[in-house]
Amino acid sequence: MNQFVHYVQSYLSSNQTPGAAGNMFWALVYILLVFAGLSAAVIAMNWLERKILAHMQVRLGPMRVGPHGLLQPIADALKLLLKEDIMPAEADGFIFWIAPLVVVLAAFTVFVVVPFGPTHAITDMNIGILFMLGVSSLSVLGIVMAGWASNSHYPLIGALRSSAQMVSYEVAMGFAVVSAILMTSLNATGTGTLSMIGIVQAQQAQGEWFIFKFFPIGLIAFFIFAVAMVAETNRAPFDLAEAESELTAGFHTEYSGFRWSLFFLAEYSAMIAVSSIAVTLWLGGWLRPFPNALHGASWDMIFSFFPGATFLLFAVACFYNAVRMPKHPLFRIQTIGLAAFGAVLAAAGLLLFIPAVSSRVQDIFWFSSKVAAFMYLYIWYRGTFPRYRFDQLMQMGWKVLLPMGLGILILTASVALLQQRIWHQ
Amino acid sequence: MSESNSTVSHLDLETPEKPFLDANELVINMGPQHPATHGVLRVILRLDGEKVLGLECVIGYLHRGVEKIGEHRTYAMFNPYVDRMDYVAAVSNGLGYCETVEKLLGAEAPPRAQFVRVILTELNRIASHQLWLGTHALDIGAITPLFYTFRDREEILKIYEKYCGARLTTHAFRIGGLQYETYAGFEKDVRNFLAFFRPKIDEYEELLTTNRIWVERTRNVGVISGQDCIALGVTGPVLRASGVKWDLRKAQPYANYKMFDFEIPIGENGDTYDRYLVRMAEMRQSVRIIQQAVDALPEGPIMAKVPKVIKPPLGEVYHSIEAPKGELGYFIVSDGSTQPYRVRVRPPSFVNLQALDVMCRGQLVADVIAVIGTLDIVLGEVDR
Repeated sequence: MNQFVHYVQSYLSSNQTPGAAGNMFWALVYILLVFAGLSAAVIAMNWLERKILAHMQVRLGPMRVGPHGLLQPIADALKLLLKEDIMPAEADGFIFWIAPLVVVLAAFTVFVVVPFGPTHAITDMNIGILFMLGVSSLSVLGIVMAGWASNSHYPLIGALRSSAQMVSYEVAMGFAVVSAILMTSLNATGTGTLSMIGIVQAQQAQGEWFIFKFFPIGLIAFFIFAVAMVAETNRAPFDLAEAESELTAGFHTEYSGFRWSLFFLAEYSAMIAVSSIAVTLWLGGWLRPFPNALHGASWDMIFSFFPGATFLLFAVACFYNAVRMPKHPLFRIQTIGLAAFGAVLAAAGLLLFIPAVSSRVQDIFWFSSKVAAFMYLYIWYRGTFPRYRFDQLMQMGWKVLLPMGLGILILTASVALLQQRIWHQ
Repeated sequence: MSESNSTVSHLDLETPEKPFLDANELVINMGPQHPATHGVLRVILRLDGEKVLGLECVIGYLHRGVEKIGEHRTYAMFNPYVDRMDYVAAVSNGLGYCETVEKLLGAEAPPRAQFVRVILTELNRIASHQLWLGTHALDIGAITPLFYTFRDREEILKIYEKYCGARLTTHAFRIGGLQYETYAGFEKDVRNFLAFFRPKIDEYEELLTTNRIWVERTRNVGVISGQDCIALGVTGPVLRASGVKWDLRKAQPYANYKMFDFEIPIGENGDTYDRYLVRMAEMRQSVRIIQQAVDALPEGPIMAKVPKVIKPPLGEVYHSIEAPKGELGYFIVSDGSTQPYRVRVRPPSFVNLQALDVMCRGQLVADVIAVIGTLDIVLGEVDR
């Protein structure tokens, strides 16, 4: 027993990820945490997307289930679970069954290496970024399987579009990623790293997020990645694979109920996954803003208040809206519910002001808020842009982004070489 | 499509190319349940990958036999039925029908009625174009304009509701004029709407006109020449976007359109982008017409001397108006009884839809959706 306690405690004092430290207990805890956190994030994303999109489109969005529709995602999830499980008679049963699993598996597996903090990751692989790109591109397999197994025209076209699109954009994406990885090697030893945690630590050591490195080279590489990642996740304006007005629902036309919800889950977790790649490579991962310009104990303390303050802000928003609720008795439960939700957020916020807690989780906070900014961008794109046509999409991928990516790669390498050979001799 | 049909023989309707590498053609059935076919249009597409080799429209899913119903109703009783054809531009349908019967009777609506008719019809043109813009943009993937246009269309529908109690299928006009005098504050409401709506057109244009993706998706898509339009009988904004200056409000003025000062916007290339620009410009022109009409709205009777039981003399008449979607014509044969012997409607959507095949050949699947949207069809009118 003592041994076990020691085993559990040994990790807390180490400065490694549980996987890298070989601590299976904590690895399991982290897996559960990431899985639960991801599911919660997808649920929150569902609500936020509908709400934000609604407000961009001069409407209210879900308002009925729970205060301000807060319980709508849960109601939807229940509905999906209770739906009849339909499989088309002509479908290839086994492949039809396994396709959503492949997609979900690929989308979730990448989170093994996502670094929420220097010690907050399931594991740290020395090929972390390669693993992420590799596994996330496996999801195209599931999409093709879904489209093929449905044995129907629309899903087939959707699947073909999506596979062509994902494969093409991966090339440009790869060049942008390599450009960022080259930047990690700008240190005394001249060795770079593919480890997700190593990449962030390199940014920390160089005192510069890679988006600002060799301005504007880092920014352009980031831009290429930011465009390619939208295409990679089949989101507007590149949502041709599920173009509603053309292909009804694209590759998942024949899917319904729980199987469909797996695709939904995979789509949103893939969005979070690629956003976390972007955050890790260019936006300093878990690092707080301006670690170099605004350093010192007092700034550290001010920034450590941010997580708690954010939660308190949300809590205040809840209380404000609870007060604004109609005073009719019918709204009583909703008002109480909203106030209670606000109270939970406030409690969490206050908890985050405790230095011991805040120092452990603020990395996670900064990482998540950067990812959340990307999620907002995704929603914003969807509310703003019309959809590209297939040939235009391909043109953009091969004729614009690919040459740009190549150029950026060459530029990064040349500038890095010059910097090391000439300026720092 | 056969050679024997001489009127369209100069259109190149042969299959443009063989499928790539002798691949099998993919035949896709788009509709009648499809999010972007604007109702229950069924299109059978022959595809080579994503490329359209040809298509065929299957219609009739919304056929209600409106023309046949006309033979079994009195002239006044048939009036509400015509609203159900192009239900997003019901007022225009009503105007066309009422004017046709008036022509048959030799009656003419009094000036005040004419002005109110013009105001309501032009408001209807704006409402119809707004609905077109929203759904067209939605088809191309821009989901937000839909809600903006619907929000603003609501103001027009409110005016209708205040005027006659109905919002969509209004039955606003009667044979010989109007049944209802305008409500108190009608002019103020219309003026307020115009002031409200002018900046809104700019807002729509801001969202789309210079949007790169929008321009790429619409320019050189679904091109049709003016000649082909005329050969196929295509009318309305589609014809005008191909560079043919033909608008019945100017060409054969009806109601009292002669009195108003407005322009006919035309396009050059006959592509989807030009049709978009033409319709946007038309909304501005409609605002101009309404402004003039509401400023000059005379006092006076609203109903001509028309007998209670309408029994037109023996004869036949064809009368057409410029509906938001094109030439809307009514051909009525009277046998001297209280019911028409035959009512024939020339619906703009039905005729314009025939151009779909010409416009889509050689383009991609996504363009078919864009072209269906740009033709601005209403299936209620296509099938009748």
